Formats: sequence, C-alpha cells, structure tokens
Amino acid sequence: MTATPEAGAVIGAPHRTRPRMIGPCLRALLSHWRRNPLQLFAFLAGLALATALWSGVQAINAEARASYDAAAATLGEGQYDQLLPRSGDRIAQARYVALRRAGWLVSPILEGRLNGVRLVGVDPVTAPAGLGGVSIAEEPASAVLGPSGRLFADAETAQRLGDLVDITVDPNVAPGLAVGDIGAVQALLGRGDLSRLILLPEQPLARPALAEIAPELLVQPSSQSADIAQLTDSFHLNLTAFGFLSFCVGLFIVHSALGLAFEQRRGMIRTLRALGTPLRFLVALIAAEMLALAAIGAALGVLLGFLIAAALLPDVAATLRGLYGAQVSGSLQLRAEWWLSGFGLALFGTALALAGRIWRVARMPLLAGGRPRAWVAAHAARLRLQAGAALALLAAAAVLAFLADDVLTGFVLLGCLNLGAALALPPIAERVSRMLQPWRRTPVWRWFWADTRQQLPGLSLALMALLLAVSANVGVATMVSSFRLTFVAFLDQRLAPELFVRVETAQESAALETYLLGRGLEVLPLRRAPAQIAGLPARLMGVRVGPTYRDNWTFVAADADVWDRVEAGSAVLLNEQLARRADLWPGDVVALGEGLSLPIAGVVGDYGNPTGQVVLSHAVFERLHPDRFARQFGVRTASPAALRAEISAALGLPANAMVDQAVVKTASLRVFERTFLVTDALNLLTLGVAGFAILMSLLTLADQRVPQLAPVWALGLTRRQLGGLELLRAVVLALIVYLCALPVGLALGWVLLSVVNVAAFGWQLPIYLFPYDYALLGLYALAAAALAAAWPAWRLARTPLGALLKVFSNER
Amino acid sequence: MLLAFENVKKAYHDGSGAIPVLRGVSFSLDAGQTLALTGDSGSGKSTLLHIAGGLEAADSGHVHVAGQEVTGLDDRGRSDLRRSQIALVFQQFNLIPSLTVAANIGFHAALSGRDDPARIARLVAALGLQDQLHKYPEALSGGQQQRVAIARALAARPKLLLADEPTGNLDETTAADVIEEMLALVAMDGTGLMVVTHSAKVAARMDRGLRLTGGLLE
Repeated sequence: MTATPEAGAVIGAPHRTRPRMIGPCLRALLSHWRRNPLQLFAFLAGLALATALWSGVQAINAEARASYDAAAATLGEGQYDQLLPRSGDRIAQARYVALRRAGWLVSPILEGRLNGVRLVGVDPVTAPAGLGGVSIAEEPASAVLGPSGRLFADAETAQRLGDLVDITVDPNVAPGLAVGDIGAVQALLGRGDLSRLILLPEQPLARPALAEIAPELLVQPSSQSADIAQLTDSFHLNLTAFGFLSFCVGLFIVHSALGLAFEQRRGMIRTLRALGTPLRFLVALIAAEMLALAAIGAALGVLLGFLIAAALLPDVAATLRGLYGAQVSGSLQLRAEWWLSGFGLALFGTALALAGRIWRVARMPLLAGGRPRAWVAAHAARLRLQAGAALALLAAAAVLAFLADDVLTGFVLLGCLNLGAALALPPIAERVSRMLQPWRRTPVWRWFWADTRQQLPGLSLALMALLLAVSANVGVATMVSSFRLTFVAFLDQRLAPELFVRVETAQESAALETYLLGRGLEVLPLRRAPAQIAGLPARLMGVRVGPTYRDNWTFVAADADVWDRVEAGSAVLLNEQLARRADLWPGDVVALGEGLSLPIAGVVGDYGNPTGQVVLSHAVFERLHPDRFARQFGVRTASPAALRAEISAALGLPANAMVDQAVVKTASLRVFERTFLVTDALNLLTLGVAGFAILMSLLTLADQRVPQLAPVWALGLTRRQLGGLELLRAVVLALIVYLCALPVGLALGWVLLSVVNVAAFGWQLPIYLFPYDYALLGLYALAAAALAAAWPAWRLARTPLGALLKVFSNER
Repeated sequence: MLLAFENVKKAYHDGSGAIPVLRGVSFSLDAGQTLALTGDSGSGKSTLLHIAGGLEAADSGHVHVAGQEVTGLDDRGRSDLRRSQIALVFQQFNLIPSLTVAANIGFHAALSGRDDPARIARLVAALGLQDQLHKYPEALSGGQQQRVAIARALAARPKLLLADEPTGNLDETTAADVIEEMLALVAMDGTGLMVVTHSAKVAARMDRGLRLTGGLLE
C-alpha cells in the first residue's frame, strides 16, 4: 500500500514555543517536591548542613588570616628584612640615629606590653607605606606624633586600655594590638630605646658595612622570621580537612536525595518526553531547577555556617593564642572569601552529583517500561565497579603511607583511605548479608537478609556517610587521646619543679639564686636567647644540668651519656621540631654563633610549642650571651606554698611572679583541651549529619517499602513485627558499618599521628589504643542508627491496612 | 492523508544479532478514520505505533504524519511533532503522579499552546471526571485514570490519537465504556485514531482493522 502525505500541515515553530513549555514543565517538575516534601527537606538540609560545616570552618580560618594579615601589615613581619640585636632584645636609640646618618634607610619599631595589650610604636615618617595601619597616615600629624600622640586599636583592645591613653578605634588594626607613634609608645612604656629596625627595600649602594656602625646588630631576612600565618597554617589545614569531611558527609545526603528524586521522577520524565518535550530542553530545565534549589540550600548553609563559626570562634581564638601566641579577633565578619567559597562548593557539589543523573536521563530510552527501582537491577554491576575503585584507592593509600612526608600528601593519603573504605562498604555489606542468610533456616531470618540486600542500594550512601563519620571519630579520638597521654607525661617531666619564679632584673635574678642555693634547694635557672640555627629562628635555652633533668627528661633520639656531655659543654640537645625542620639529629654538629659549633647529643619531645629550641649548659650559654640573666627559675621543694611566702618576704618579689606547678599544669591542660574542643565539636556534628543521612534515606524510601512488605504481611507477619524488623535492620547495618569503620579509624589515627602531625607540627607521637572509648563510640553509632530508624519503623508499623491491600489490587 | 507508512522496516539488536520486528509495512490512515491494529504478542504492533508517534525511528522506509516526513527528524523535530500533532494513550496511563487530575488533563494542551478551558470542561463532563479534578492519580481507579489520559490527549486537539492497549488494564465493562467515550470524542473533532489492541471487541468498534503477523501486515 502506498500513501501520499497531506500537504500543508504545520508543526508549531519550535523556537517560539520553548518559553511556552517552561511553565507547564517546571510546574510538573516542582510538583514532585510538593508531593514529596521530605525529599525536598533531605536535599535542602543535606546541602545546608554540608555548606554550613564547610563555610563555618572557612569563616573561622578567614577571620584568623585577616587578623594575621593585619598584624603582619602593622609590624612588617615577613615583609621586610630587619635589624635585631645579637643578644638581648633592645637597641639603643643612638644606634638608630647613627645608622640613618650613615645612609642606612631604617625605620624604628618599639614593642612592649601594657595591660596585656601589645603596644607597637612606629615612626610614621620613615616607616614603609602601609606599616602601622592606614589610619596613622590619614590623621593630622599634630594628633599622632610625639609623646602625647594618639594610639590606634580595634574596639576590643581600646576597651582594655581604657583611659590610659587617647585611642582612635580602627577595625583594621590587628586584635590585641595598639599602634602609634614611637614617641607616644616610648612615653607609655617608660622606655627610650627600640626593639628592632626595619630595613627599607631600597637602600643606597654606597653605605658603610653594618659591622662598622652597629656590630651588635644582625640582619634577619624577611623569609626567616617566624611568620604567625606560616606557623598556624597546619592548624587551619586541619580545620579545613574536617570541614571538608563534614561537607562530603553532607554531600552524601544530597546525592542520596537527588538519586531518589530522579528515580521517582523517571516515569514523569518519560511522560514529558512522550508528550513532546525535547530532551535537551528537559535536561536544561532539570539542571536549572536543581541548581536553583541548590542555591537555596547553600544560602541556608552559609547562614548556618555563620552561626556555627560565631559559636566556635572564641574557642579557636583561645587555642591559637595558647598554641601559637596568635591574636585572633573574637568577633566574626561576613567576608566574601568564605561565604562565596561555601556557596560555590555547594553548587559545584550539586552539579557534580547532578551530572551523573542527567547523563542517565539523557541515555534513558524513552520507551523502557516504568520499572520502579530500576537501580536495584543496576546495583550488582555498580557494586563490582565500586569494589574495584575501593581496592585501587586503598592500594594508593598503602603506597602513600610509605611515601607521604608533608601535610598535603598526608591529607591525600587520608582522602584515599576514607574514600576507598567508603566505596568498599556496600560490597562488604552485600557479602555479609549473603553469608548470614543461610546461617539459620527460619523463613523470617532468610527473608530479613534478602530484604536487607534489597535495601542496600537505597541506603548505601547513608551508610557510607556513617562509616566516614565513625572512622573519623575513631581516628581523631585515637590521635587526641594519644596526644593527651603523651602531653601529660611530657608535662610531668617538664614541670617537675614544684615552684616557678619569674624575675625582671639581673639583680633580682642573682639574689634569688643565692637565696635558694643558700637554703640547700635544687634550683633550675633558665636563660633564654633568640638565635638562628641552620638558618631557622630558634631559641637557646641555658640550663643547669642536675638530677631533675637526668631523672625526668625522655628523648626521641639520643646518644650515650647525653646529660654528661651537655653538662660538660661538649654537646647540646635539640627539640624535635627543630631537629625535623633542620634535619639535624644526634651526631650532627650545630653552629651556635660566635664561632662555636657543638655536636647534638639528643633530641627531646617538645609538645605544644612551635619554636625550635637548643638546650645547652649554663657555661656554654654564658659564653654566647654573657649579658642574658636567668629570668625564670624552677625550684624543687616539698612545700611550694610556704616557700612562696618566704621568697616574697625575703626578696620582696610580688606574688604574681611565682606560680605553683599545679597551676601551670592545669593551665597547660586547659589550653590542650581547648585546642581539641573545636575538633570534638566538628566530630560530633559529622556523626549527627550521618545519623540525619540515615533518617532521611529511610524516610524517603518508606513509600517504596509498602509493595515490598505487603506480601510478607499477607503471609502472616504483623505490621508491628515488620516495624521491629525494620529497626533491627538499621541497627544491624550500623553494626556492620562500625566493624568496618574501626580498622579504618585506627589507620586514620596512625596517619594523623605519624604523618600529618609530624609534617604539621614537627613532632611525632606514639599511638595508644583506647578500647573503652571505641566501644562507647560503637554504642553511639548504634544508638544514632536506632534513633534514625525509630520514626520510619513506627510509621511502618502503623501503615494503613488499605495501603497494604492496595498492593494486591489489580487496578493499583 | 493523516498517517502514511511506506515500506517501513525495523529491527532490534541483541548479542546474537538483528531481530527483525517490522519487515516492510505500508498502510495509511485518513483524518477522522479509526483503525485497530491487532496481532500476537511480539508481532510488532507496539513498535509500529511508537514509530507512528515519533517515539522510535524506523530503520528504513518513510513515515508521514499530517504531511510531515517523520523519518528524517531528529529528537527535537519528533518532539515538536508529538507536541503539536499527535497524542498518545498508554496501557499504563502514564499520568504525572504529582499533578492533580485537572493539571494532568490540561498539561499537554498547555505544552502545545492550545490551552482551552471550555474544551477541557466539555471533555471533563463527557468523561464524567467532574468530581475527580482535585484528586491525585493514585486516588483514582484504573478506569478513571484512563479517562484522565484520554482527556489529556484530546484536550491538546491532536490530529492523530495513538492508543496502545488503552483497555488492557481495565475490566470488560469499564473497557467498553472508555472505548465508546473515546470514539465519540474523536468523531466529534475528526481526529484520526489508531488503536493497538488484543481485544476483538475493541477492534470491532473501529472503522478498519489491520493484523500484523511476523512483522508484516496480513
């Protein structure tokens, strides 16, 4: 049969009809969310939580970095070469004048403390542009210059200085710092000298050598100063890593919700296509819809992140002050760098999750039958792929465990380990359920495991999130508790003296030592001086070697007769940080200045201190720095309180110059605990997010459960029993997750202690195991899973009979 | 001529090679005419209907719908054709579950720019759906869902209505009612109708009948 087409039929002009299609198609797509508000909530909440934890951490980091930058800009740290005294911490003003007259372009800086505030005096006339803050240059000279000149500080610092000085509030000045003309600061501190001299970048070619004019000064290149931003980089990287982990856990929820939404809309998408919606148009519309929703979730997340950061910032600021002496503002600002990064990452994460789904939609045959949960069929193939990827990642982690020696590769190793373990979980859970199914012959037991396998595709992302959270908790608990044990032992050895006394003058120092020795007490004077060791900033510590050192100090590495050699002045000790940074170990020789070089006899652990240290005998220190007296003394005594009173009475030292060992220990431990408060908080939040992921997955899967459960109900199990089994399933799966997470967490702890810590802080810690803590964490994980499953199980137990019966209706 | 097939061939491919489904099918359908396509399972009925609706492409031959050559059209062209000239009714109804009955009925018309509330009201009345408009499809019986699908299809004023086993999921009485209502409505508009069916009763109600056996028309 032949047919001739009818002429003149018109197909609507396609390009003009596109805008007309947007409305109905968008209404249809959005109607899915209206009918499935839980899915929408899971998607938005998952994204908001992920963005919140990430942007919260970034907000904290941005605030800290802004504080460092403000401090560096004010003080010139890390920007300019400087002239420093070879010994002592003061430079005579006359020396500055002599250098200027000789043609050296230098600018003076004076630093000191008043009411706990760091005062910095600069010379606005000779200082390089930008140094000292913006406002100084903008103020009239008469208001700024001279002994009665005004100081500049942020509001918090200005409040601390009170009425002591005329202050202009300037938010650009770093927290805890007040800056002003050097004359004004000299007047406030009652000093006529300087702390250091900044070397301007442009210097005249013809000028006399420094040794001719100021032999007691040395040049410190800008790159060698202990930049606080560099010191704290590792700490911020740790926070960022935790933020990213939380983001990934949150993204699992997004991925899960997105996958379910696409699966449930598969039929709708086919219908839209059948009714004449072009594929490209539909794909573009879905992408726009999801990205618009993602933008809402991200915006909520940024808001939540701001609140989290505001809550955590005071603790972080205290930690940074305790660990590094870094001053960080306690108040948070909405900086574009963190909220944009949070927003962008959330959109990127969604786009990534979306890309795979859209690719599947584009490849989905228009006519394939509407098979609900077609993903179950594809699950077996995906499991094989996942297992392969997991093996590859875990193998990469094993290789990196031998090679990683810096923070970045350490985190790559952590990433491979975490992701590999997460990907390995679904195949393992599948395998376990297959192994357990034939274990007992009862039909309910067998159905339970078969049904569990059927649930795995829908639950696997949430279970992977739980694995990440639990293993991170195990790893971090191992690190923190190992650190705590080591730190307490370290405090015991370092804080062996029962009383510590601080003096201000050489006369006080000599009088105290004489008084204490006269009473037959063991006295441990400590003399300190800054130094450059192997090109790195460090501190020389002159000690009197005695039984306390010999009995208490333990070594990371040491030759024989360590203390004898140090006492004899034929060797020195290095702290671990300096040893690792300079790669100097027992047997190596270290140049101490003044032409003196000595071999290293041992390396000591020194936790919670960023500075490199060289420990040497009193005699050697005296040779290098004869003008440096002991400012701090440790005293061995059975009754520190009585001795305090006696010293005070005999020498007139103020009460606050003496402190008991117990007080120092408590303060040190408090700093330590605060250091990990943020980590603990992030850990808990991550576990909470994982629990939320399980809850959302179970709730969103609940509707699909009815057709699966109705036949079992018809065969004689009550709805209540089915609800109970649903709860049991969540707990059993959480148990499998926990058992997988435990070795992963321990490996994580090892990486943190042996790779990341060494690279980040310069010290290695022994690993200890804490079975009780792990068991408790396991109970938390099971409880979280049970809590998450309780509501869906309760809903299931109350499924209306009509809903179950409808499954058997022909017209369903 | 509303629909014309000229020597249309189609084969599917699996691991063992090509499986021919249509081996050279030619026929035509005029506007206002109704046609029943019958045949055993696997004879190629649904494939033929899908090719007519632009859901699938033929391997060779020519297909014309409302004067438009379908064979060479890409996805966008076939989508435009479906949206503007064709409507489909499926055995599984294929309603959008998250839209109300009213929104489902108006959907195709809105998509094709032929939204006409008066026409929709007439269709709703003719199919007895007045009391169901605010419900969601899951709350309707199979017969009611198929009526909604027919209303959705006809609300868009298609020139060609293609129905794939429209009564396959319905009981005998409901099936007869649905077919009568559909025939009355297409007759009113002069819409061409091709129905794929296993039911001899349904086939008997059409103007013409074609039987497909082994990929060829008898």
